[in-house]
Amino acid sequence: MALTTAPDPTRPDPGSVRVRADRRGPGRVRHSEGLAGYVFLSPWLIGLMGVTAIPMLLSLYLSFTNYDILTPFSEVQWVGLANYERMFTADPSYWHAVRVTLTFALIAVPLKLAAALGVALLLNRAWRGVGLFRGLFYLPSLLGGSVALAIVWVNMFNRDGAFNSLLSLFGIEGRPWVNDPDWALETLMVLAIWQFGAPMVIFLAGLKQVPTELYEAASVDGAGRFRRFRNVTLPMLSPVIFFNLVLETINGFQGFTAAFVLSNGTGGPVDSTLMYTLNLYITGFTDLEMGYASAMAWVFLLAIAVITAILFSTGRFWVHYSDGEDR
Amino acid sequence: MVTVTPTAGVPTGPTPVARRRPGGRSLLRLLILVVIVAVVLYPLIWMVGTSVKSQEEIVNNIGLLPERFTPGNYTAGWSNFDVSFGRFFLNSAMVSLLTVVGNGISCLLAAYAFARLRFRLRGMWFAVMIGTLLLPSHVLIVPQYILFRTLGLVGGDWPYLPLLIPQFLATEAFFVFLMVQFMRGVPRELDEAARIDGAGPYGIFRHVILPLSRPALVTTAIFSFIWTWNDFFRQLVFLSQLEDYTVPVALTLFIDSTSQSAVGPMFAMSVLSLLPVFLFFVAFQRMLVEGINTSGIKG
Repeated sequence: MALTTAPDPTRPDPGSVRVRADRRGPGRVRHSEGLAGYVFLSPWLIGLMGVTAIPMLLSLYLSFTNYDILTPFSEVQWVGLANYERMFTADPSYWHAVRVTLTFALIAVPLKLAAALGVALLLNRAWRGVGLFRGLFYLPSLLGGSVALAIVWVNMFNRDGAFNSLLSLFGIEGRPWVNDPDWALETLMVLAIWQFGAPMVIFLAGLKQVPTELYEAASVDGAGRFRRFRNVTLPMLSPVIFFNLVLETINGFQGFTAAFVLSNGTGGPVDSTLMYTLNLYITGFTDLEMGYASAMAWVFLLAIAVITAILFSTGRFWVHYSDGEDR
Repeated sequence: MVTVTPTAGVPTGPTPVARRRPGGRSLLRLLILVVIVAVVLYPLIWMVGTSVKSQEEIVNNIGLLPERFTPGNYTAGWSNFDVSFGRFFLNSAMVSLLTVVGNGISCLLAAYAFARLRFRLRGMWFAVMIGTLLLPSHVLIVPQYILFRTLGLVGGDWPYLPLLIPQFLATEAFFVFLMVQFMRGVPRELDEAARIDGAGPYGIFRHVILPLSRPALVTTAIFSFIWTWNDFFRQLVFLSQLEDYTVPVALTLFIDSTSQSAVGPMFAMSVLSLLPVFLFFVAFQRMLVEGINTSGIKG
């Protein structure tokens, strides 16, 4: 950290304080501060350029080429829009991956948020033990993204897994869920929903912000449980719901680890867990079609941007900001 | 369109409807919560239970806990591959700890610039930083791989550089943002006082912001560690030699060997791999939960 050793007497002897203060006119302070700003920002700026911006531009260029990692850069061929054309017209497995990802996000995200909100409502009373429950519910969010937990999950829904044992107690005959193309993706959805703790914690914080007077006033008006929920809780909570929705949707599109573990990196059984990111990984790092994978990455980025923009534009109609600014 | 109209203009009466029935309802609530806890914890308990079951019990005993405690899976798993899991754990610990250091230093520096210093284009750079918050790492992985490979860093003498260089360049915008939010809560009067004492931007950073940012640094350190420890995607892409593998990448080797006999050892190593995260959770539970809160909501 050479930055902090810059010549700057931070503890001058008392006598010199006045002199130094005099020497610094406002213009001088601003100038040195401007320089310092860029000094402190420099690691981030280098990172932005080297690790983010230049790779993005490189990837944009590569998306118009047939680059694979094996041929040298000088022999890379410009193929125009061929990669994009192939993606949209001639690659059924690409569209399959899009479908899998959309299905996953459309089902898992709302259910996860519903679970998070439901449990948050149950916990939203000041009583001893809330902290314990909150912590226990949050635990899966910390562990759930790991390979280890994905391994456990896959085994749990295997033929001899814990889930089937549980079903057999009720006399229901199970099936090898993770090997069944009709059910493999569903087991991943359940894994995602199981990690409802993180949005739940955010919901809890939001619920604490709802003024109790509103509930009391609503009760005085004769509003029952349901009406208070619908007319007080939901609108007051809508900014938090919106925040969670955006965050979880973006996360939902990026599921990789569990799908990789379940299918051993293939997206199987019968491509049923071929998430977009997994397809991208296979294209780029197994098939080494890095040009094509770059095109996929760019479409992915644009798709996420568009979906976020759509969420924000619908937010105007249902997100209520209590500071009066209905954005 | 949902509004709060029913409450508008109604004076809050002195007698809020007192319909507290602490008995039945809260008991039901507790019961539901206990059931949910059971569902949530079941996979974790089952994982630990299975890791100490013998091969025979794994197949036949459907209960959560083993009839006979069999720790043999742990020793078997530890040396299941040509390289022992001790090495994988060391590799993971090294990558995670260096990531903590990198994120701590670089994000703090950037956050100080954003939160406290005035310089040209600050607003624009801040907006760019917020923009990178939502940038999926999957989008950058292919060109980053090509770049690092061209520089000879992939599979080089020290194959962790591609994993670590970005962490020393404040690319985790989440932590920059978290620290900016935190520093905004530090009273500016302290800066002023230091300035009157003759401190410049560097002195204020070292003597005011750095010591006061400890809570934000601790939160960053914990989340950096856990996320890196759990991370799979980048480590899968950048590590190719068995002896360089981190724990998550090594765990996937178990899936390749699909023979039933590997289930016990595989579970044992899975439990071990989650242990550090679990210990962090036990030690810093409150901080983790609150860290999510403050970072999430204030945005």
